[in-house]
Amino acid sequence: MNAALEAPRRAEPINAKRHPRHAADDADGFHAEPLIPAPAAPAVNAVVQTRGLCLAYGDAQALFDITMDFPRYQATALIGPSGCGKSTLLRCLNRMNDLIDDVSITGCILLDGQEVNDPALDVIELRRRVGMVFQKAVPFPKSIYENVAYGLRIAGVRDRRVLDETVEKSLRRAALWDEVKDRLRDSALGLSGGQHQRLCIARAIAVNPEIILMDEPCSSLDPRSTTRIEDLIGELRGEYTIIIVTHNMQQAARVSDYTAFLYEGTLVEFGSTKQLFTKPVKKETEDYITGRFG
Amino acid sequence: MMKSENRENPNQRPTGSVPGGRAPISRRSPFAPAFANYLRRGEPQVWATAAALAGMLLLIVVLLAVVMAGGLGVFWPENIMQVELEDGGRFLGRIVRKEVNPDTGKSSIQFKTGNRELDPKRQDFRWIGEKAIRKMTAPADLCVLERVEHGDFHGYAVRLDGPDITPGAAPSGTGQSTRGAALPPDAMHTALESIRRKAAEEVGPVSGELFALSNQLHRTRDKLLRLQYRREAGGRPDLDRRIEELEETRRRIGEQSDRFARRQQQALADLRRNVVVMAGPDGRETPVPLTNIVRYYHPNSMSFAAKCRHYLSKVKELLWENPREANTEGGLFPAIFGTVMLIFMMAVLCFPLGVLAGIYLGEYAKDGSLVRLVRIAVNNLAGIPSIVYGIFGLGFFVYGIGGMIDQWFFPERVAVGTPTFGTGGILWASLTLGLLTVPVVIVSTEEAFRSIPRAVRDGSYALGATKFQTLVRVLAPMASPGMMTGFILAMARAAGEVAPLMITGVVKLAPQMPLDATFPFMHLERKFMHLGFHIYDAGFQSPNVEASKPMVYVTTLLLLAIVLAMSSAAIALRNRMRKRLLTRTI
Repeated sequence: MNAALEAPRRAEPINAKRHPRHAADDADGFHAEPLIPAPAAPAVNAVVQTRGLCLAYGDAQALFDITMDFPRYQATALIGPSGCGKSTLLRCLNRMNDLIDDVSITGCILLDGQEVNDPALDVIELRRRVGMVFQKAVPFPKSIYENVAYGLRIAGVRDRRVLDETVEKSLRRAALWDEVKDRLRDSALGLSGGQHQRLCIARAIAVNPEIILMDEPCSSLDPRSTTRIEDLIGELRGEYTIIIVTHNMQQAARVSDYTAFLYEGTLVEFGSTKQLFTKPVKKETEDYITGRFG
Repeated sequence: MMKSENRENPNQRPTGSVPGGRAPISRRSPFAPAFANYLRRGEPQVWATAAALAGMLLLIVVLLAVVMAGGLGVFWPENIMQVELEDGGRFLGRIVRKEVNPDTGKSSIQFKTGNRELDPKRQDFRWIGEKAIRKMTAPADLCVLERVEHGDFHGYAVRLDGPDITPGAAPSGTGQSTRGAALPPDAMHTALESIRRKAAEEVGPVSGELFALSNQLHRTRDKLLRLQYRREAGGRPDLDRRIEELEETRRRIGEQSDRFARRQQQALADLRRNVVVMAGPDGRETPVPLTNIVRYYHPNSMSFAAKCRHYLSKVKELLWENPREANTEGGLFPAIFGTVMLIFMMAVLCFPLGVLAGIYLGEYAKDGSLVRLVRIAVNNLAGIPSIVYGIFGLGFFVYGIGGMIDQWFFPERVAVGTPTFGTGGILWASLTLGLLTVPVVIVSTEEAFRSIPRAVRDGSYALGATKFQTLVRVLAPMASPGMMTGFILAMARAAGEVAPLMITGVVKLAPQMPLDATFPFMHLERKFMHLGFHIYDAGFQSPNVEASKPMVYVTTLLLLAIVLAMSSAAIALRNRMRKRLLTRTI
């Protein structure tokens, strides 16, 4: 585990206990070159690719044919009006939708070329590689230290030294270390709202993920805490791939390299943030970002 | 008051609505505006809810006050009166209460008297009309003897008598019941001490021997029974010699223990010749053996501090001693111990089961009609009358499982009609109580897990935790205070149940406790005593209900105190868990 933490193991495939049938599929199915061409998107070194992704909660379809490439080590923002499927798309990427009954997914999601929805794929390892930060930052009712160490402990890390180092590193990375270093053993619930969110980010960083998904991480924070989180995203994006859902278009413009605009479950436009906010191609995008609807 | 622009009639309010606007907000009714206002502010609702709460509190306070008033004063040494009647009769007694007959207007006083064996009618209480009393005094040298049997003795200590009393220590009076001739308290004290010491020296070792012999006899008899059964059932004549040997051993032990018993009887009879001679109010003398005396006191001349000491010593006796005189006197230790042990065993047996069932219902079960049905069933289990659980416990645990255990392990005892597990015992009683209280634990566990916010679970899953890891490391600690709440409720309910116990193993007087120093220390098949049953037994089954009334109050108070103490301990534990939960290391 120690080695795994240090080493760049981006290209290692996630363990999949493969059924013979799936092994057969690999050749022509999941790992094949996508048939559907990627939209006008920056396909430079994509880490996650979705191809014709459709999702339905029971009878209600939430995502329609999403095909996009998320570039590696960049921040991608997903914007769009409420209920347009941003969060749903985000939760697909680490299969958090598995926890909801009655979800059906078609199309493929490739993480480093590996099919995420493969039923034989080890979801636990996937979630370790694709971390997530939620809108409501709820720390575990444990000490600050234990909150950050949780991901490692459940992965079976017992070495005190590794734990200490990782906790410190993660808290430093999340710009929280100076505020909490003297009270690591205190309850995490005693921190402020903004600190909670940074603690959740530290918790996600601690397992050394490849991608960090952020689902409206600042929507319940005050402007000062929001600024801190945004600065943090700015620092993290060179090292991690960040995909952030936000309602705040200024925030999207500030923190992201690429922006995707979703509307009613479809991907309307996807491009570099600068281009999307200054010269949107689609009429709907322009209407939305100029505040004419939404 | 709104300002009107209408100059001709300045008091008239503008009534028309603004064109295009909505109708104005209606004004308060001009009639009974105070009452309407009162209704509007919602005061009646506040009063109604507050009254409901106050009524409930009042009932509880009344209940507690009655129990405390009846229970707390029982051990206080009240004055004993010497009563001289108009017709020349005299007696000693404590005033219990005064009552006025509403028809005749005559008031009479109830006295509690002692000296039961001297009264031909064996009464403990006497009602005397106030008119019939000539004189009532509280003589300072009046002495109360608490005895092992026959209740209290009231009278005046005259002299000590007996072979073991040194004459110098016993300055005898004149033999008359005149004041001033009474025995000094010191002499009584020394004599009692010396007799108790002598009893411990002479009778103690013999009793110890007898106890060991009786244990041996029991074991031999059990062995013999087993061998005889095997011989009969298995047709094994080869066991004959062994059986003969054992019978010989049994006979030897029997003889030996008879000898010891005779020696014990003799020693006791000798000691019983040491008496204190007590004079009654009429001067009649009665010898009371010193070995019969539990404690003695002079209530009419005791200082407040002495009364407090007496009170505390009685409370200590209540908590630590065995009962005497058909449970109306003495201590309640076996009942206290039985109650606490029953509740603990109930908790140990039912809590894990309830928690696991609750976790399954709350975490794993998919919400379907079957689960809903199970949930309804669990909720309704709590509504079944407890006596039904008792009958089920008797049929299933006692006769079913207990009978099976007996068939397998103790067939010889079943054959002679003395079942071991196939009769009521503390194990079966606690299992029955566990069954009774497990729904409470299930429901509260399920609730505790359901009330954990989704974000906590998602946060754990998103870090790569499995469902089980999330459950054990995050959810269970978070739910533990809620589970403790269920535990507390279950405990309180179990402590108050009597009906199911009555048919699954509680007895009014258990010769042996379910936990003692003889191997294997835990005797789960034994019958036990219980405070709740003791209340019922002393209050309604006792031969002398009036005399055991104080015991009922005291027992009730004690049971309430125990339940309160256990609940408080559990609540304190829960609060500590809540605090620790926030920083704990898992």
